[in-house]
Amino acid sequence: MTAPLPANRSETAFEDFKLPLMRDGAVAEANRCLFCSDAPCINACPTHIDIPQFIRKIATDNVHGSAKTIFESNILGMSCARVCPVETLCVGACVYNDLEQPPIAIGKLQRYATDRAYAEGWRFFEAGPSTGKRVALIGAGPASLAAAHELRRHGHACTIFEKRATVGGLNTSGVAPYKMKADRGMTEVDWVLAIGGITVNTGADVGGAVSLASLERDFDAVFVGAGLGTDSALGVPGENLPGVHGAVAWIEAMKLGAVNMSAVKHAVVIGGGNTAIDSVREVRGLGVPSVTMLYRGTREGMSGYAHEWSAAIDEGVLAEWQAVATAIEGSGRVQRVHCVRVDAAKKPIAGSDFALQADLVLLAIGQSKLGAMLGSLQGITVDKGVIKVDAHGFTGRAKWYAGGDCTNGGKEVVNAAAEGKVAAIAMHAALTKGATHA
Amino acid sequence: MPDLSTNTGGIQSPNPFWLASAPPANSGLQIQRAFEAGWGGAVWKTLGTPIQNVSSRFGGHTIGGVRGAGFNNIELITDRPIETNLREIRETKKLFPKNPIIVSLMVETEAEWKDIIKQSIDAGADGLELNFGCPHGMCERGMGSAVGQEPKINERITGWAVQYSTVPVLVKLTPNVGDIVPHGLAAKRGGAHGVSLINTIKSIIGVDIDRFVPQPRVGNLSTNGGYCGAAVKPIALHMVAALAREKQFGLPISGIGGVCNWRDAVEFILLGSSTVQVCTEVMLRGYKIVQDMTDGLQEYMRTHNFQRIDQMVGKAVPGFSEWGNLDLNYETVAKIDADKCIGCQLCVAACHDGAHQCIHPQQDTRVPHVDESECVGCNLCQIVCPVPDCITLVPVDNGFTPATWNDHVHHGKALRPKKGAH
Repeated sequence: MTAPLPANRSETAFEDFKLPLMRDGAVAEANRCLFCSDAPCINACPTHIDIPQFIRKIATDNVHGSAKTIFESNILGMSCARVCPVETLCVGACVYNDLEQPPIAIGKLQRYATDRAYAEGWRFFEAGPSTGKRVALIGAGPASLAAAHELRRHGHACTIFEKRATVGGLNTSGVAPYKMKADRGMTEVDWVLAIGGITVNTGADVGGAVSLASLERDFDAVFVGAGLGTDSALGVPGENLPGVHGAVAWIEAMKLGAVNMSAVKHAVVIGGGNTAIDSVREVRGLGVPSVTMLYRGTREGMSGYAHEWSAAIDEGVLAEWQAVATAIEGSGRVQRVHCVRVDAAKKPIAGSDFALQADLVLLAIGQSKLGAMLGSLQGITVDKGVIKVDAHGFTGRAKWYAGGDCTNGGKEVVNAAAEGKVAAIAMHAALTKGATHA
Repeated sequence: MPDLSTNTGGIQSPNPFWLASAPPANSGLQIQRAFEAGWGGAVWKTLGTPIQNVSSRFGGHTIGGVRGAGFNNIELITDRPIETNLREIRETKKLFPKNPIIVSLMVETEAEWKDIIKQSIDAGADGLELNFGCPHGMCERGMGSAVGQEPKINERITGWAVQYSTVPVLVKLTPNVGDIVPHGLAAKRGGAHGVSLINTIKSIIGVDIDRFVPQPRVGNLSTNGGYCGAAVKPIALHMVAALAREKQFGLPISGIGGVCNWRDAVEFILLGSSTVQVCTEVMLRGYKIVQDMTDGLQEYMRTHNFQRIDQMVGKAVPGFSEWGNLDLNYETVAKIDADKCIGCQLCVAACHDGAHQCIHPQQDTRVPHVDESECVGCNLCQIVCPVPDCITLVPVDNGFTPATWNDHVHHGKALRPKKGAH
C-alpha cells in the first residue's frame, strides 16, 4: 500500500470539471456509438484501446467486459479516462465530428467503466508463472507502472526505484485536481501493484546511492521511466524572490499539501503550454481574483490545448500574449513582473514595457531533461537530455529500455502508458527468447 | 387542404386515426380526451363478461436503448361492468357525435352475442368489432384467437353478429396463423363489412435472467402475451397487403400494428387500409401524438396530390407481388458519395462480414471503394450507413431486357450473369 496523503491538501477545494456519467446517461451515450469498423478513435489512442468494443459493452450493461477491454490495452485506463486530452485524441477522431453531431463522450464512458471496476473490486489480470528474471524500473510514474504490470503478466519480477516518497509520478503530483486528485492517482497505483511481485523502493536515488552499474549487474533488464526534472528557470533578475515558484513544484505542493493563497490577489503564470494553462486554472480555482498568463507567442501559436484555454477563459483567467518578463521585483517577496511586448520573431518591441502586479509568480516554461543520468552508459544516445529509443523502447544498450517523458520530452499519461507497455513486451521477448531490438 | 375524412365498411370518420381496442380506449373519459386531442374514432375496449386482470400486465422490449420498441401485454378484455361501459359510450356519443365509436365485443354463445350487440347499438355504437384476435388468456377460454384461428367458427360467429347488427361489423383478425387470407375470406363469407388487423402476436417479451422467469412476471410465473408496438409493423403491413391484393377478398381494412406516426399510417393506407388503429404508441406517449399524425398525413397528401384518403387507399398494392414476378435482370450497384462519407466504414464491415465482400478500405482515404464488378446491389451498406444519402443504389444498364423467374422458366428468357456467386 502507498502511504496516506494529508487530508488538508489544497487540491481538495476542486470539483471535477467533467462530471461522471451515471448508468442511464452512459447507456444512452454508448448507444449513440456507431461501432465504426477500423475506428479512427482506436488509431487516435496511443494505447489503441478497442473503444467501439468497450462502448458496445456499456450499452449492453456488460460493464465488466467493458472495463476488461480497456485495461487489456491500458492498465492505467482509469486515470487516462480523466486526464487524457480526449478532445485531441479519441474524441477528436470520432466520425460524428464530420456529421454535425456531438462526438461520443469516450473519456466519460471510459471513466464510467473503469470507476465501476475499481468500485466493484474487479480484477482482470494475474501474474504469470515466475520466470526467475528480474527487471529494475527507474521511476514510479505511469511509464514504469504500465511496464511493470505487463512484465508481471509474463512472470518477471519487478523492482521500482523511486526518488520521491510518493509513487505514481505526475499522475499523483501533477495532474490538475479538477481532473484527478492525488488520492485517486495513488488508488490506481495500488490497483496496479495488486498484481503482486512488484517491489517499490521509494527514496531511492538512482545514479546516487543506487548506481547504474549495480542495476545492470543485479537485474536482467532495466526500464528507465524517470520522467522530467525540475522546472526551468527564466533567467531574469528577481526570480529567486519568495513567491516565485516553478509551476510543477507549486502544483505538487498544492496537490500533496496545503498552499496558503490568502494573501495572493494577483498571480502571473509565465508560459503557454499545458502546465501554464493548468496553473492559471488552479490558481484561479483557489480563489485568486486576478490571474494572468504571460506568453511570448500568440494564442494560436501556444502549445497548450485550445479546449483547455477555452475553459480557462470561462473561469475568468486573463492573458498577455506576445509579451515576456524582463524582471521580477519586490521588497522581501514578489510584487510585480516587468514585461515587454515582443514581435512575431519574439524580439522585444522598444518602448512597450509594462508591469503586472503579482503576489505569486509561477514559471511554466518547461522542465529539465534527465537523460544525462544515463550519459555514462555506452550505447545509449541522449539528445538534448532526451533518451533515444527505438519503436520498442530499446535504448541500443543491451538490457536497457526506456519510455515516458524521459524519452518523448514530455507528453501525456497515455503516451507513457503505451510506451511502458511496448517496452515491457520487448523486454519480455528479450528475456525469454533472447530477441534484441537493436 | 386535403380531406382526411374516410370510411371503413360504412363507418364514417373525420380522419383515419382510431384508437385500437386496448387500454387507451378503456373508458369514456379517456376516449373523450382522445377525441379532444384529435383522434378520429375509437374502438372501445372489448366488452364481454368482465374479467379479473393480473399484475403485472405489460412488458417492453428495449432495442438499442429505445424503450418500448416492442411491447406486449397479458391484459384481458374489459374488467368494468357492462352497464358502466354502455353508459359511458352513450355519454361520449352525445359529446362527440361525429367521432365514430366502434365497440369491440367478445362473448361465447349466440344468445350472448345477440344480447351484447343490441346493448352496444342501443348505447350508440357506430360499428362493431369482433375480437377474434386476443392471443392470451381469452383464447384459453375458447374465445379471441381461438375463434380467429378457425375459419369455420370465425364465419359462423361473424354470421351471427351481422344477423343481429344494424351497424357495420368489422372482424379483428389474429396474426397467429400461417396464412391470413383464409381467415379474411371466412370473415367475408360470414358477411363482415370489413376487417381489422393485426391483433397482437403471441410472444414472450423477455426473461428475468436473475429470477429465471419470463416477463411480465406475475409472482413467480408468466405467460405468453401479445406482441405489438413499432417492432411489429413489418408483419402487420404484410398481412394487410396480403388481404388487400387477394382478388376474392375486397373488404375494407382497418390497419393495425406498430403505427406510431403519419408515415406509418401512410404505409398502411397505401397497402389497402382506409383507417388505422393505434394503441402502443399512445400507451407510451399519450393521445397528443395524433397531432403529428394528422398534419403529417395532410402534408404528405398535399405534396403527393391526393385530395382524399380513398385516392390513396391501396395505391401500393399493385407493387406487391410474388418473388417469381421480380425482374432478375434489374441490376443496381452501390455508390458512395465521397464528399458525404465520414469514414466510419460500417459499410466495409457489413459488406465483408454480412454480404458479398465488395466494399474495400483504401490506403490514402477512409472513404471505402465499391468493387462494382462484385456488388450485388443488396442494400446492406445503405442500411448501415449513418449519413443520409451518402450511399445510393444506382441502376446499371447491363443490356439485358427484363426477365422474371417465371419468364425464364416458362419462356426461356435470358438472365444476366450472376454476380458474387463464386
